[in-house]
Formats: sequence, structure tokens, C-alpha cells
Amino acid sequence: MSQSLFEKVWQAHAVRQLANGQTQLLIGTHLIHEVTSPQAFGMLRDMGIKVAMPHRTFATVDHIVPTDRQTEPFSDPLADEMIKELRRNCEKHNITYFDLGSGRQGIVHMVGPEQGITQPGTTIACGDSHTSTHGAFGAIALGIGSSQVRDVLATQTVSLSPLKVRRINVTGTLSAGVYAKDVILHIIRTLGVNGGTGYAYEYGGEVFDRLSMEERMTVCNMSIEGGARVGYVNPDAATFEYLKGRPYSPEGSAWDEAVERWKATASDADCTYDDVVTIKGEEIPPTVTWGINPGQGISVTENVPQPADASSDDERQSIVEALEYMKLPGGEPIKGTKIDVAFLGSCTNARLSDFQEVAKYLKGHRVADGVKAIAVPGSQIVGELCKGLGIDQVFRDAGFEWREAGCSMCLAMNPDKLVGDQLCASSSNRNFKGRQGSPTGRTLLMSPVMVAAAAVSGAVADAREVFSVKN
Amino acid sequence: MGLEKFSQVSGRVVVVPGNDIDTDRIIPARFLKCVTFDALGEGLFADDRKAAAASGGVHPLDDDKYRGATIMLSGANFGCGSSREHAPQAIRKFGVRAIIAENYAEIFFGNSTNIGLPCVSATRESIQQIAMAVEADPQIEITIDLEGEVIRYGDESVALTMRDSARDALIKGRWDTIAELLEGAEAVKATAAGLPYIASTD
Repeated sequence: MSQSLFEKVWQAHAVRQLANGQTQLLIGTHLIHEVTSPQAFGMLRDMGIKVAMPHRTFATVDHIVPTDRQTEPFSDPLADEMIKELRRNCEKHNITYFDLGSGRQGIVHMVGPEQGITQPGTTIACGDSHTSTHGAFGAIALGIGSSQVRDVLATQTVSLSPLKVRRINVTGTLSAGVYAKDVILHIIRTLGVNGGTGYAYEYGGEVFDRLSMEERMTVCNMSIEGGARVGYVNPDAATFEYLKGRPYSPEGSAWDEAVERWKATASDADCTYDDVVTIKGEEIPPTVTWGINPGQGISVTENVPQPADASSDDERQSIVEALEYMKLPGGEPIKGTKIDVAFLGSCTNARLSDFQEVAKYLKGHRVADGVKAIAVPGSQIVGELCKGLGIDQVFRDAGFEWREAGCSMCLAMNPDKLVGDQLCASSSNRNFKGRQGSPTGRTLLMSPVMVAAAAVSGAVADAREVFSVKN
Repeated sequence: MGLEKFSQVSGRVVVVPGNDIDTDRIIPARFLKCVTFDALGEGLFADDRKAAAASGGVHPLDDDKYRGATIMLSGANFGCGSSREHAPQAIRKFGVRAIIAENYAEIFFGNSTNIGLPCVSATRESIQQIAMAVEADPQIEITIDLEGEVIRYGDESVALTMRDSARDALIKGRWDTIAELLEGAEAVKATAAGLPYIASTD
């Protein structure tokens, strides 16, 4: 019988049915970091249990790392305690830890792929909702809470119910100046922030066939912003090419066998989905969020909605609440909205190709007066690659601060934070109230090239105009 | 293991209105800098509470009329965003024992169930009715009857819904699955042995 990738991978990892009707699901790869693991290790300690599969557990440190200088001790004693605790736990339980001095530290969702730990047909869990990023490789990758981190540490399994699968086809081609980030912001705008609840999103179609692995990661990363705990792309030649030769990728004959296995995990052409949605690639615009959830996005050429535009009471209320928080008038173009900060980074958009693409256009431009612009590679490896290519210098010459690897201003657990009601053009994934560290800080989500256009314009701008972006 | 059984939860209600209340609002990230969950209660809705006070108002959690409430009532897509278990932990540490909302984000719902914080769903109309009853009399006691699948308040009752696996686990006191997962260790090994990427390393 024809099956989707989700069904095949689920079946291969289903251990048994539990009394509550859920499945005991084997987690092949467990990624951990400093924020959501210490409590789990504490519970393990209290129960007197060891880590079941330390060789399938990989750790790094990302959320709390200062990006101006990674040297220890950190100025924040709480952050310092957290990294020490992680180090202690990894040593004690014999867990591979990509520490600050390893040259391989970075945001956990970048480290997995870079190391070749993230592979097709596998199950991956991490105490972080953006774990869906790894779905770009054709894995079932899901975010879990700390009690489940404990479960995986102790048993290498979780108790879970299967998800339905929604196939999202993006057909045709993307227009010039439209990026993977716009694709996912458009999907979330179209299907809603809770449209994916209960679903895994399978992304496919001509646009995805052509997207690079890094671009696929950007899309899968934000699945949870659409309510879908899991998002994935079927593995193909691009997937295998990316993985070949990575430290944890199979080698020699094992590689060939693995590729055959991986190919077989892709969804069968005639499998049935619980739902199918088709979006035309040509209709996706450069997208900017104007509100306080990632579904509140518009084309950069549109006006910010106003309460009168609402088609329901609910929507009216959410527009009123968002406009009030964002201090935007509504009914006016989003273009021209003054920004204070430009942030290029996060597990959504801090890979080599993100910085390469921006560097292509940034030469000869300067960050506008009064704008603080920071560029934060998502991993030490990306930082080094950028240096090797002179990309860091392009950013510095343009007036960006070039930082060291970490989550940075995406989530305000390190010194990089908005101040007061600063407005930030951000390549990150969440525009929730207070997300970037100031309870009144404001976030506009957009693609890296749009962040750069805003940085040099001092206001939200259409990158296609600012940089004369052509196909 | 002797886990608490949740056939019913009774108490007074605090109404925290709104849809799409995300986990960054429930517990702002700065409170995540900790290695245990012990002190999270004070961070619950910290920024929303501060903002309400600054604008001369009062957040429901600080409103005297709701003091001592143990059931939280809210809107749709409650708990969206980050997977931080700190969110349901903070709610529980604050003293809340159950939540009623239209529906929940997936990860939040699972995290809450895993720590024995029942999250029941009710229709928008039912939630409005309960909110009006609480508004009229903040001292009103309501009962979430998981077994009977109803919420009772005064002489009224409305239907509740909850995913069967979670409802069953809460009623029978097996919402924390660690013991059962541990019992499956041999079966886990057998499944792992069939998967080269797990079996081959080490």
C-alpha cells in the first residue's frame, strides 16, 4: 500500500502501543541544549536513571551565548551556570557536546545538519519548537517539552499520537526577490497560525524541488508558526549531495546503502494525504509581518490592515490588539515604516547562503544613520565560511556589526535585546509581544535581503527596488 | 507510581481573555534562565501584567476579585509558539490546576498533560457563558468533570472535549508515561536493532 514519508518513518520507529492509546515512538536522534535539558537531567538524577542511548544524543549551547564575545565566564551568572550545568551533564553521561571551543558550536538546528547527524528517514527530537527545521532532510523532527526530554534521555522514546499529513504544493516558480522565507510566511498567512494543529506539513511541488537544502530548512523551521509540529520535504538528490562527506554521514558502501534506504522513505507518488493545499509560486510576494503573530503578514507593497478590513469579530479584535501594540496606524503602507534595529540571524535565516545572498547586494550600501544592524552567523562553521569568503567584511563595510554564533536577538535569552519600543526588521521567526527582549519591543519578520534593504533605507523597503533585484 | 487522578477539578476561575496567547507571553524568555522549574510562578504573564499596571489597569492575575482562582479560562490556540515546558510549569506553580480554552497549540497541550495540568476545550459560546457567570459572581465555583465530560457552574453545565488519550491518562492517573516507557526497554532495543543509523554507531 502506498504511504507517505510520515507513515513510513512512523511505522519504522513505532515500538508498541501504550495503555493511553498513544504510540511509544523511538527517537533515533536526540538533540539537547542548555535551556530545556537541565530540568530533565535533574529528573533523571532524582529517579536514579542513566541516559539510555548517549551515542544518539548530541548537545550544543546556543540560546544564552553572548554573541559579541563568547569568552567565559559570561557576564550573566545565570547564563554561566547554565552552560556549566550542560557541560557537567554531558560529561557525566558521556554525551557528545559541541562546546564553544569545538569550532562546531552553533544553533542546535544548524549543528545537526552541518555535522550530518540530521538524516532522512530518521526521527529527531529536541526541546525546542524549531526542531521541525530538520524535516528539510525528510526526517520526522519535533519539538518536545522538558518532561519529554527526560523521557528521551531515559528511554530514547516518547509517547505520541500520529499526526495527519497535509501536503502543501507550491507550484511554478518564485518571482525575483522572493525567498524561502516569503514562501513560509505566505503559507502561514494563508493557512493561519493554528491551521496546522494536528498535522505534519509535507512541502513539495516545483518550487521545493528547486530549493536548496538551506532554503528548505528555512521553510521547515517555521512549520510550528503555522501550528504544525512537524514539517518535511521528501529527500532527493539535493539532500544526498548536502549530506555527502559530512562528519556523521555514512561512508563507502554504507553510504550507498543509506542512499537507497533514504530514497525508499520518500512518500509514494500515489499515496493519499489527509489534506492537500496548492499555492502558486508566482503569487507569493516579498512578505513582511505587521502584527504580533507570524500569520499577520502582508506583501511589502500592501497597506497595514485596519479594523474595518476585518471579516469577523475575532479578526477585528486581533487587528486592534496588534496595531495598538505595534503602534502602527493601520491603513497605511508598511513600506516606509521607520526601523531602529536590523537583525540578520536565528535558526530560520543564519546559514551561509543567507549571508551570501545579502552580501551580493550590500556592497556599496551603508546602514542608515540611527539604525543598529547586527549580523549573527548561526554556527561557528558558518562564521568561518563567511570569513573565508570575505562576507563578514562586506557586512562590516556596510555598517553591520558582525557577531559570533548563537541565537542572539531572536529570543532575548542573551545580551542581544531590543530596548524600549524599538522596531526591528528581523530575519527570525517570531514577532510575539516582547519576543526580542523588551516588553514593548516590536518585530517585523521578513527575508534576510529585505532586512538588509530596511537596514540601508532606515525603513521597511522593497528590496527589489533598493537593490534592483532581477532574475 | 501513585500519580494524582483527575476525574474532577473544582475551583474558582480567572479569565485571561484573548486568542493566540503565546508561550513568550505566558513566561517571557528571561525567566527561562534557570536550571529548575521551581521559581517560575512569579514570571507568569509578567510582561502583560506589568503593561496592564503601567496603563492604569490591572491584569486578571493581579485582580483581587480573582484571587485564589485555580482554573484559567482563555481563548483559541492557547499556548502557541515555543515548546518551553516552562509555560505550563509556570501556570501550575502560580496555583492554577486546570485550563479551559477553545483549543490549544499541540506542544503546549502535550507538555501540560505530561505534568498533570488538564487542558480542556469548550466551544466559544460555552466559554463566553462561563466568563459571563464569573463576571457576575467571581466567587462562583466551577467543576470540570473529566469523566462526565462536562463543566458545571451554578445550575448550568456545558460540554467539554479533550483528546481521549489525554483524558483517559488524567482520569486514571497515568499522565506521566515514564514508568510505562521504561517498561518497554526490551522492545525499544528490538526496534532500534532494525534501524541501521541507530544500531551501527557505537
